[in-house]
Amino acid sequence: MSTVAETSMTLTPEHETRPSASVRSRLQDALPKIVLAPSFAATIVFVYGFILWTIYLSFTNSKTFPSYAITGPRAYQRLWRWTFESDPPSSWYTSITNMGIFGFLYIFICLALGLFLAILLDQKIRGEGMLRPIYLYPMALSFIVTGVAWKWFLDPGLGLEQTLHQWGWTSFHFDWIKNKDFVIYTVVIAGVWQASGFIMAMFLAGLRGIDGEIMKAAQIDGATTFQLYRRIVIPLLRPVFLSAFIVLAHLAIKSYDLVVALTSGGPGGSAWLPSNFMYEYTFKRNEMAVGSASAVIMLMTITAIIVPYLYSELREKPR
Amino acid sequence: MLRKLLIGTALASGLAFAAHAEDVKEVQMLHWWTSGGEAAALNVLKEDLSKEGYAWKDVPVAGGGGDAAMTALKAMVAAGNYPTASQMLGYTVLDYAAAGVMGDLTETAVKEGWDKSVPAALQKFSVYDGKWVAAPVNVHSVNWLWINKAVMDKIGGTEPKTFDDFVALLDKAKAAGVIPLALGGQNWQEATMFDSVVLSTGGPEFYKKAFNDLDEEALKSDTMKKSFDNLAKLVTYVDPNFSGRDWNLATAMVIKGDALVQVMGDWAKGEFNAAKKAPGTDFLCYRFPGTDGSVIYNSDMFGMFNVPDDRKAAQVALATATLSKSFQSAFNVVKGSVPARTDVPDTDFDACGKKGMADLKAANEGGTLFGSLAQGYGAPPAVANAYKDVVSKFVHGQIKTSDEAVTELVKAIDDAK
Repeated sequence: MSTVAETSMTLTPEHETRPSASVRSRLQDALPKIVLAPSFAATIVFVYGFILWTIYLSFTNSKTFPSYAITGPRAYQRLWRWTFESDPPSSWYTSITNMGIFGFLYIFICLALGLFLAILLDQKIRGEGMLRPIYLYPMALSFIVTGVAWKWFLDPGLGLEQTLHQWGWTSFHFDWIKNKDFVIYTVVIAGVWQASGFIMAMFLAGLRGIDGEIMKAAQIDGATTFQLYRRIVIPLLRPVFLSAFIVLAHLAIKSYDLVVALTSGGPGGSAWLPSNFMYEYTFKRNEMAVGSASAVIMLMTITAIIVPYLYSELREKPR
Repeated sequence: MLRKLLIGTALASGLAFAAHAEDVKEVQMLHWWTSGGEAAALNVLKEDLSKEGYAWKDVPVAGGGGDAAMTALKAMVAAGNYPTASQMLGYTVLDYAAAGVMGDLTETAVKEGWDKSVPAALQKFSVYDGKWVAAPVNVHSVNWLWINKAVMDKIGGTEPKTFDDFVALLDKAKAAGVIPLALGGQNWQEATMFDSVVLSTGGPEFYKKAFNDLDEEALKSDTMKKSFDNLAKLVTYVDPNFSGRDWNLATAMVIKGDALVQVMGDWAKGEFNAAKKAPGTDFLCYRFPGTDGSVIYNSDMFGMFNVPDDRKAAQVALATATLSKSFQSAFNVVKGSVPARTDVPDTDFDACGKKGMADLKAANEGGTLFGSLAQGYGAPPAVANAYKDVVSKFVHGQIKTSDEAVTELVKAIDDAK
C-alpha cells in the first residue's frame, strides 16, 4: 500500500503538467454536475418557477386565463373569510377541516397499523413470503381503482349493507358514504387500506436492519417482549418513522383522485379536500386567482409542518 | 398581455402556414362525444364532410369528459395551436371570444340565414361583439319529467298540471310502494331539478329575473323561499340511497320501473332509446308541472377558432354542415335533443322530440326561452357553481331552512360575481 501511495505522489506533479490529463480530471470533476444539470434546470423551472408563478397569479384577478396585472390580495381575503364560515360550512372550511381529519387519521392509523403488522410478520412465521405481498399489493393499485372498489363496497344499496341484509342481518346499518358528516371517514378507510401495507413493508425492512445482538443483550438483561419493543426496537426505527411520515404526508396532501373516485365530492361537497377545492376553482369555476391562492396556502401549510420536523430529525445526524 | 401573446403566436403560425398555398382539406375537432349514441350522432357529420372532401381528425383528449377536454383546449390555445373547432358550452365560448382567439363566421351566417333561424337566446352565446363565433349544434331543455308508463298505469296517475298535482302523484307512488322520485344526489342534478322548481313556483318572469339577470330582490324574495320549500318537499320522495348517484343510474331506475319519475334534461331520452323503450307506450315525457310554454335550455356549440387562412375553408364547410337542416335533424333524432334552428321539419322525430321542437319554437316567439343556471347558461361558471353549492348543501342538510338557503344564495352569488 505504502509503495503505491508513494509512487502516485511522485507521479502527480508530472501528470499535472500534461494538459490532456488536466482536462480529463477537470471533466471528471464536472461530470456529476453536467449530468445533474438538466434535471436541476427542469426542477428549477417546473417546480420552483411554477411555485413563484402560482404565487404571482394569486395576487392577480385571473379568471379563465391568467391575467398579469397585480390587483392585490383579494383571493386571500376571500379564503380568510371562508375559513370562519362554519354554519353553513363554506367549501373552503369543509376542505381544510377535512384535511385535518383525513391527514391526522390517515397518517396515524397507517403508521400504527403498518408497525403492528410488521412486528407480527417479523415473528419468523411460516408463509411470510406469501403474506407480505398480500398486504403490499393494494399499493400497486391506483387511487382511482381503490376509490371505485370501495365506493361499491361501501354503497348501502350494493355492497356491505345490502349483502348483510340478504344474509338476514336486516338491522345492520352502515351508510357513512352517503352521510355528509361521516363521508370523510370512508376516505380514511380506503386510504388506510391502500397505504398501510406499504408502510408495513418499510417497517419490516427497518426491523430486519436491527442488530440481533442488541435484542439478545436486552433479553439477557431480562426485558419483556413489550419492553423490548417499547424501549429498544421502536426508538431504533426512528429513521423509518421519518421516511414513512413523509411518504404518507405527501400522499395525504395529494389524494385528490381518491376523493373524486370514492365520493365524487360527497353529499353537498362534504368530502372535499383542499386539492379538490383548488382544481374546482381553477379549472371548473374559472377563478384562477382563488385556486392559486388556495394552492399557496396548501404549500405553506405543508412547509410549516414538514420543515420543523425535518430540521429536528436531521439535525442530530452529525453527532 | 396574454392576448398579445396569443395573437403573436397566431400570427407566427399563420405566417408559417402561409407558405402553403393550397387549402388544408382537414377538420380538427376537439369534442367529448365518445359514448355509443353520441359517437353515432357525430358520425353523420363526419360523413357529410367527407362527401365534400374534408377529412375528419379528432383531437385526442386523455380521460374523456368535458372538464378534461376544456383543460386540453386551454393548453392548445395558450400554445397557439388552435383546433378548427371545439365542442363548447355557454360562457366558455364568450370567455375565449373575449380573449380574441375565436374566428369570424358572420359571412357564412348571413349567407345561410342563421340569424333568422337560430333562436335569439342561443345567439347570446354564439355571437360575440356582432360576430358569429360558434355554431350551435342542438338545444337541450331541462324542464322535463320522465315517467315509467307501466308504473303510472298501475297507480292510476294522470299528467300533473300543477306542482300540487305532482306532489299528489308522488304520494300515490309512495303508497303503492314504488320509489316516487329518482334523483342522483350530485350537485348539478339537484340544481337542474331546482331550475324547474323555480320556473314552476315563480313563473317565467321570475325565473328570468332571478336566474338570468341575477336580480337581488328576486333572489331573496319570498317566492325563492317558497321554491326552496318546494324543493325540500320533492326531496322527501327520493330513496335514502340517492346521494352521489349518477344521472343515468337514476334514469335506469325509471326504465326498470323501480321508480316512477325523474326530473332531468332531454338527454335522458337517449337512455330510454338505448333500452329500446318507446315514448307513449313505455315511457311518458311531460313538461315539469307548471312550466308548460316555457323552455329552460342548454346547448352544445362548436366554437370556431381563428385558424390560419388555409384552414378557413374547412372551417366554413364544418359550420355550414353543422347547421344544415339535414344534419340538424339526423343528429338530434339520435342525441335526444332538438335542432338549434327552428325551421327544421320534425318528421323524423318521436313524440317527445316533436313536442320539444314545438315548445322551443313557441318559447322563442313568446320570449320564454331561458338559459339554465345549473347547466351554465344562466350566468358565468363561478356564479353557476356557487348556485349549485347552495342547492346541494340545502338538499343534503348543511343548510337547514329555506330562509338560510336564500341568504346563502344571495351571498354566494354576490361573492362569485
